Amino acid sequence: MLKLFYNAAKQRSLSQATTSASLIRNSQRMFRSSAQMNQQFNVYIDGRPVKVDASYTIFQACQEAGYHILSLISYIESRFLDSAIMKDYQLPATAECAQSKQKDLQNQQITQPLITLQLAACATNVRPDLKVITKSEKTRIARGGVMEFLLANHPLDCPICDQGGECDLQDISTVYGYQEGRFMEYKRAVEDKNIGPLIKTSMTRCIHCTRCVRFTEQIAGEFTLGQVGRGKYNEISTYIENMVTNELSGNVVDLCPVGALNNLPYSFQARPWELKSNYTVDVMDGLGSNIDVHIRGSDTLRILPRINEEVNEEWISDKSRHAFDGLRKQRLHIPLLRKPDGSFGELTWEEALNKAAEVLSSVKGDEIHGMIGQFNDVESMLAFKDLLNRLNCDNVDVRKNAPHFKADFRNQYLSNSRIIGIDETDLLLLVGCNPRLEAPVLNARIRKAVGVNGLQVGIIGSATNLGYDYVHLGNSPKTLQELAEGKHPYLQQRLAKAELPMILVSAQTLERSDGEGIMNYIYKLAENTKLINKKEKWNGINILHTEASRVGALDLGIVPQTNVTKKPKVVYILGQDNFRHEEIPEDAFVIYQGHTGDEGAYYADLILPGASYLEKSALFVNTDGRPQQSRGAQQPPGFAREDWMILRALSEQLGCPLPYDSLDEIRTRMAELAPHLVRFDVIEPSGFEELGLKAEESKLKLNNTALTDNIDNFYQTDSISRNSMIMARCTKELNPKKQFNFKEHVQTWMTH
Amino acid sequence: MFALKQLYRGSSNLFKANKNTTQLFSLLAKYQQPMMIMNQNRWFSAFVNHRDTEDNREDTPFEFTPENYEQINEIIAKYPSNYKHSAVIPLLFVAQKQNANFLTLSAMNKIAKILDMAPMQVYEVASFYTMFNRTKVGKYHLQVCGTTPCMLRGARDVMQAIREYAHINNDEISEDGLFTISEVECLGACVNAPMMQVNNEWFYEDLTPENTIALLEKWKKGEEPNVGPQINRNCSEGPLGRTSLFKPEEIEGVHERDFVEVKKQYDEAKAKAAAAAAAAKK
Repeated sequence: MLKLFYNAAKQRSLSQATTSASLIRNSQRMFRSSAQMNQQFNVYIDGRPVKVDASYTIFQACQEAGYHILSLISYIESRFLDSAIMKDYQLPATAECAQSKQKDLQNQQITQPLITLQLAACATNVRPDLKVITKSEKTRIARGGVMEFLLANHPLDCPICDQGGECDLQDISTVYGYQEGRFMEYKRAVEDKNIGPLIKTSMTRCIHCTRCVRFTEQIAGEFTLGQVGRGKYNEISTYIENMVTNELSGNVVDLCPVGALNNLPYSFQARPWELKSNYTVDVMDGLGSNIDVHIRGSDTLRILPRINEEVNEEWISDKSRHAFDGLRKQRLHIPLLRKPDGSFGELTWEEALNKAAEVLSSVKGDEIHGMIGQFNDVESMLAFKDLLNRLNCDNVDVRKNAPHFKADFRNQYLSNSRIIGIDETDLLLLVGCNPRLEAPVLNARIRKAVGVNGLQVGIIGSATNLGYDYVHLGNSPKTLQELAEGKHPYLQQRLAKAELPMILVSAQTLERSDGEGIMNYIYKLAENTKLINKKEKWNGINILHTEASRVGALDLGIVPQTNVTKKPKVVYILGQDNFRHEEIPEDAFVIYQGHTGDEGAYYADLILPGASYLEKSALFVNTDGRPQQSRGAQQPPGFAREDWMILRALSEQLGCPLPYDSLDEIRTRMAELAPHLVRFDVIEPSGFEELGLKAEESKLKLNNTALTDNIDNFYQTDSISRNSMIMARCTKELNPKKQFNFKEHVQTWMTH
Repeated sequence: MFALKQLYRGSSNLFKANKNTTQLFSLLAKYQQPMMIMNQNRWFSAFVNHRDTEDNREDTPFEFTPENYEQINEIIAKYPSNYKHSAVIPLLFVAQKQNANFLTLSAMNKIAKILDMAPMQVYEVASFYTMFNRTKVGKYHLQVCGTTPCMLRGARDVMQAIREYAHINNDEISEDGLFTISEVECLGACVNAPMMQVNNEWFYEDLTPENTIALLEKWKKGEEPNVGPQINRNCSEGPLGRTSLFKPEEIEGVHERDFVEVKKQYDEAKAKAAAAAAAAKK
């Protein structure tokens, strides 16, 4: 940690102190180029020469040679920052340091004897002509010895431990351990800690690798966990009663090599070999984190992150990880029709579709209003648009309260510099955006950039604890106006000097009445700065979407082409649950198609049960325009069906059948509208900066009210997380600890 | 912490006494467990985590005195401004000294605030070092050395005498709140073994059970006994008294060096040499 900050400080002082223009340019450009190469030389792993960098450890050289020392270090080592101090346990390799004979003759005229050392592979740097022996009797004994010490105080409770079957220590002891232990002494016992509703602790099992401490400190930026005591009484602890409150806390469970930190909601649920893994995409925020859904039979038991360096690295937020239990509650599993007395009656699909068709065909096209919610996949939104267009309805919108959100060019609504742009940028300006709550994984990436690249962060909006240092410029868009008009000193001092500056504005901030003004001032700011740096092919104007469906819908062009003034008689809600009361007229007939009985279903007259994100194979486009394929892990419950299929069936009833019957056919139609959507995992570059991102003088209007946090309660933002028991517990237990506007000891429905 | 060290020591005694290992372990079990439960204070110090007690809560008020703030500023000035947290250990000592050898949670929080650190990082440091008393100690914290030279010269008898006199076990406070006894490692006064340090500061040397009890009695009466050797001995002279360096000038001559004068001479010589060099150049 210290070293990390030291490097950053060094880099900063370097760029400040040197007067030479070229040096300044070099130091600023350093992070766009690849890592600095050190001296390269040969080492010999079991006699095989490998060319390695001088900064490598023997462990890394072994990996380079294809020999994997099964070690507790392997997981985290490549992920953590280079300068992080590695303290993991390792199994030693025997290294034979020998200078070549010739060199000796030149230097000293005497031949030194070969020295054979037992070295800790992960803690020792390579030296030129180092000869490493990975397999020898001496090494085997040394590894067994390390194993024996690790197991000295580790309880033998594997049969009742949740980590059993996926435990690093178990694996290593199987391969490298002695057959039996020789310790006769009592094992020590450590009291368990309460560090939150998501992490179960069994601290006796802890082997003090400090991965959790380093994760919370270095990645998540929270200093709650630490190593207290010394020697035999050393513990991983919070010392005082405290909880790990950050939004990435669930990741320490993945990091823990043993069963000391466990997934609390998943505890005692299943064994890893019973689970079926299913690679899919998360929809809880706009990032599109890659996840691995573990199911057993028809139950989703847990969600783990998948590594995607360009999206979520290897972390996911607590909401992505734990909110899925909301899908077990309040599910819509059969078509429902509201009876005159206000209650719902069950229907068959045929009756329901007939009813829907009857209602939809009884009104004119411009009297229908289509609303699209945040969890929808591109396929169902496409079918929805096609269907309503066939009914002469144009009033379909995904933009919720932001009708002025421009969607003519792709770069008007994307995160243009992409998520990985954060690793390159040298100045980040957050406008009305709290990345910690809106995209916690992105916040971790920003924190990393602040530590490693010396990234400067400026904030216009509420000044909250983000886990890194930033400059708070102001609370209202007026600061943005001053910046754009060149009146703010920050512009000359920092922003105008930055080579690759980046602005991140939250899509929810643009829903304000002056959202258009904010956006136009950002375009105006681009005129004075290098926000759009053509030479470097850099576009630093970014909108951070929090809704998984938004970018996909805008890619399909789902915005009204004409101004809609007519009051709708039929409102068709496609999974939208976060709307204002006045958006739905009292006398309108409301059709709700979705998976969870939340706000939308409350207003509905007819409910068509759809599938949730874990139950359909579909396409989601994330905030930087990356189309990603999800795979259905299980079947929708009861009579619920995939959404585009429902719409396809409904079109049949309406007498205007949609021209696709299978996923392939609907994707062919998708390729007609937006060809880039079927190139999965590829971000289509967008040009037209000079056309799309131009400030319009007439629209430079602000109302100068303060920019507030868009998300009050991170844990309950949508229909799934609002129905999740685990998220309710987090709201109750964690929010009072980190936000002053959540009172402690409030009795909720969760307290029995 | 001391308590458990003592326990460990106890177990090694047992090991010596009982060659039969099976018997040893059953004995250990008997010996260790009840002591942990019986002795509340010991139980507390065994756990490295904080436990709220009446005099040690997060909201217990703590504020450094103005004099100590001056001292703190002096300490912090020794380190680069971006490495302020290097001053954490000296500051913990200042806080502990101010608070009657008791480092409270609120004191640690205060230090975290002064040094711009996360409180957890201060807890980590404070819980690592045994010199920081995170539980309350008596007015006189008797740190008896138990390392080899003192042990051979009878430190255990001294400790036993203290325990019996004050009716305490290791790391407990006596009923009158005056004494706490801890066993510590070598304090570097082996010449005058056995010895004890009181309140991290004063050395009392050449102890026997009798003169130790005499010390405790004086403290109890409110008197301040003389520090240093408790037998008829000057500093660390041997039993024959002084055998060398009889003349005062032999000793004092070395120490009474006038550094101002030396510096003056040095500067003069330097200036002379420089002038000579300049002349030679011409």
